[in-house]
Amino acid sequence: MSGGRIRSSSIAKRFQVVGTRDRAARFNTLAEWLATLVRGRTRPEMMWALRDISFDIGAGEVVGLIGHNGAGKSTLLKIISLITEPTAGEMEIVGRVGSLLDVGIGFHPELSGRENVFLNGAILGMRRAEIARKFDEIVSFAGTEAFLDTPVKHYSTGMYMRLAFAVAAHLDPEILIVDEVLAVGDAAFQKKCLGKMGDVAKQGRTVLFVSHNLGAVRSLCTRGIVLAGGALQFDGPVDDAIAGYLASAADRGAQDGEVSFGPDGLAFADLAVLSVRLRNGAGDVRALFDATEPITIDIDYQVKGRLPGARTVIALGTSEGEVAFQSTDQQARDADLPPGRYRTSCTIPGGLLNGRMYVVDIGFDIPSGRVLAPARPYLSFVVAGANDQGAALWPGIVNPQLGWATRPA
Amino acid sequence: MSAEPAGRLDVAPLPTQPPLRRVLVRPERRWRLPDLAAIWQYRELFWVMALRDIRVRYKQTALGVAWAIVQPLCTMIVFTTISHFARIATDGVRPEVFYYCGLLPWLLFANAMTSAGNSLLGHQHLITKVYFPRAIVPIASVVTALIDFTIAFVVLLAMLLFYGVRPAPQIVLVPVFVALACATALGFGLWLSALTTQFRDVRHMAPFLTQLWLFCTPVLYPSSAVGGGWKRALLDLNPMSAIVEGFRWCVLGRSPPALPALVLAVTTVVVVLGSSLYYFQRIDRTVADRI
Repeated sequence: MSGGRIRSSSIAKRFQVVGTRDRAARFNTLAEWLATLVRGRTRPEMMWALRDISFDIGAGEVVGLIGHNGAGKSTLLKIISLITEPTAGEMEIVGRVGSLLDVGIGFHPELSGRENVFLNGAILGMRRAEIARKFDEIVSFAGTEAFLDTPVKHYSTGMYMRLAFAVAAHLDPEILIVDEVLAVGDAAFQKKCLGKMGDVAKQGRTVLFVSHNLGAVRSLCTRGIVLAGGALQFDGPVDDAIAGYLASAADRGAQDGEVSFGPDGLAFADLAVLSVRLRNGAGDVRALFDATEPITIDIDYQVKGRLPGARTVIALGTSEGEVAFQSTDQQARDADLPPGRYRTSCTIPGGLLNGRMYVVDIGFDIPSGRVLAPARPYLSFVVAGANDQGAALWPGIVNPQLGWATRPA
Repeated sequence: MSAEPAGRLDVAPLPTQPPLRRVLVRPERRWRLPDLAAIWQYRELFWVMALRDIRVRYKQTALGVAWAIVQPLCTMIVFTTISHFARIATDGVRPEVFYYCGLLPWLLFANAMTSAGNSLLGHQHLITKVYFPRAIVPIASVVTALIDFTIAFVVLLAMLLFYGVRPAPQIVLVPVFVALACATALGFGLWLSALTTQFRDVRHMAPFLTQLWLFCTPVLYPSSAVGGGWKRALLDLNPMSAIVEGFRWCVLGRSPPALPALVLAVTTVVVVLGSSLYYFQRIDRTVADRI
């Protein structure tokens, strides 16, 4: 099997900012259009989503695309996938492109698993005969044989995602583009997905992989491209790309759900942070969680002197810097901490966070006293987009499962 | 001359691989001819999408596919009642048959155009996530309406049998008028769907437009009931007039459509469909940005 090639020369994409929406839409109603005729056109606010992006991806290369949200990754993928057109520049794409910008594109909740496989396959550009040939393979990969004739609205989120990924994984294009698909499903299935993508890469196909899961990027890719603010910041070996990204990013040490600072720890005047670790419900260290499982943050630190009234504060934020919430252990314990080693654990319950990336900031202080260790980001993690409100990602920093009831009143 | 077979000396042929598809992506400023070959390549997709619409529509309904005939049947009953009280002539055919027969091509057109018009907006989630020729979506809507039409057409045949109406020999020409109705619906539907992505107003305008359009089409009345002058001109400017008349002529054999009107209708349809496909080619790569 051969891989495809992509050659991008000075690709740029500009969007028109309409209100708060960064779309190229000019008018949404006739009234707005008429208004511009009367008032004269106000100079529209423009935003460059991509600027001067040039790279060459050869046949069989497995490239990781890294960058913060809003760095232009999705726009670049959309240009390669022919969904949108660049504003300037030129891109040559040789080979069939299979884009997984989302899982389950076109899945219809009322249709059965079997019907959806054919529908989704056709949307992704597969022929009916091709889908029929691979059907058994797809279904066994997803592990949903028993529910083939059940409408997918009755599927669990995990099952839905598995079936959706399975169709896309069997697309067999010369260029496979995967965007954040691995941020779904349970850990076992993610392993399976990564394995499948590894197989695709071994067959000599070209793979472009976008993920916040830097561990997955590192294990899968040989080359990394870092985008920042719409510009190409780095292009080279994947380890350097990840290192560069982490250095520039606020989430140092984000790759594996664990960061440790050696025997002396990250030293401050009165205490030293030894390590911070994220664990799932089963106690395993992870940087990727299902939305339904609890996440435990373990902070190991060394207290050097007596610190009356000291507290630990965590702030959970998004990768864009918005704060989801802050929390402290002040009420949870009343005794002061004498010198020694401690582990403070904080558990975020399942069913609270949204399917996105979060950054864990940790700080130590004495309220109305002094700051012992200023709050700073230690780790980031990704929550798989599982929620009980349907497959799509809901807006909002968190997506809590709330109590709902409707009864005749 | 050597007796040695030539092939023996050849090395084993390399496995032949089809050349990889090559695409050049760059900002397109020019108007290009519609890429019908690309649409044809995706022909399975509009079939699959149409089947999806049909399946989804009738899942968990008691009547199932029978719903496809409820709309023409009920409208026929209403029209028959109106004609009874208003004494509208029906070309010497039983009003039930006359109306049902006229309603089929009209509803095919109206349903296809309305759903095609809404289709791009309704498939926003697809259009922003995966590429396929954008015209596929409205085409699939027309195919869906065509499936509904086919079911309703079987009922028409049963009705002719029941009332003892002998179909005219020109019934073999029915596909021609069905194709014309589909082409008209697609032409206007493509324009509506493209405009809807720009101006959401169009979505509210479409049902209103179809309603007005119905009154300018000889469905409730035969065109012979319309005199000359501006009324006639208005009727002839509407391509659906000749198409509905033509369809009814094929099935019932009364009053053939006037040839000039038919020529004008075909010309209009060609212009509208051609221009809409042309416009769709233009917005193929940009519609995802502005939807």
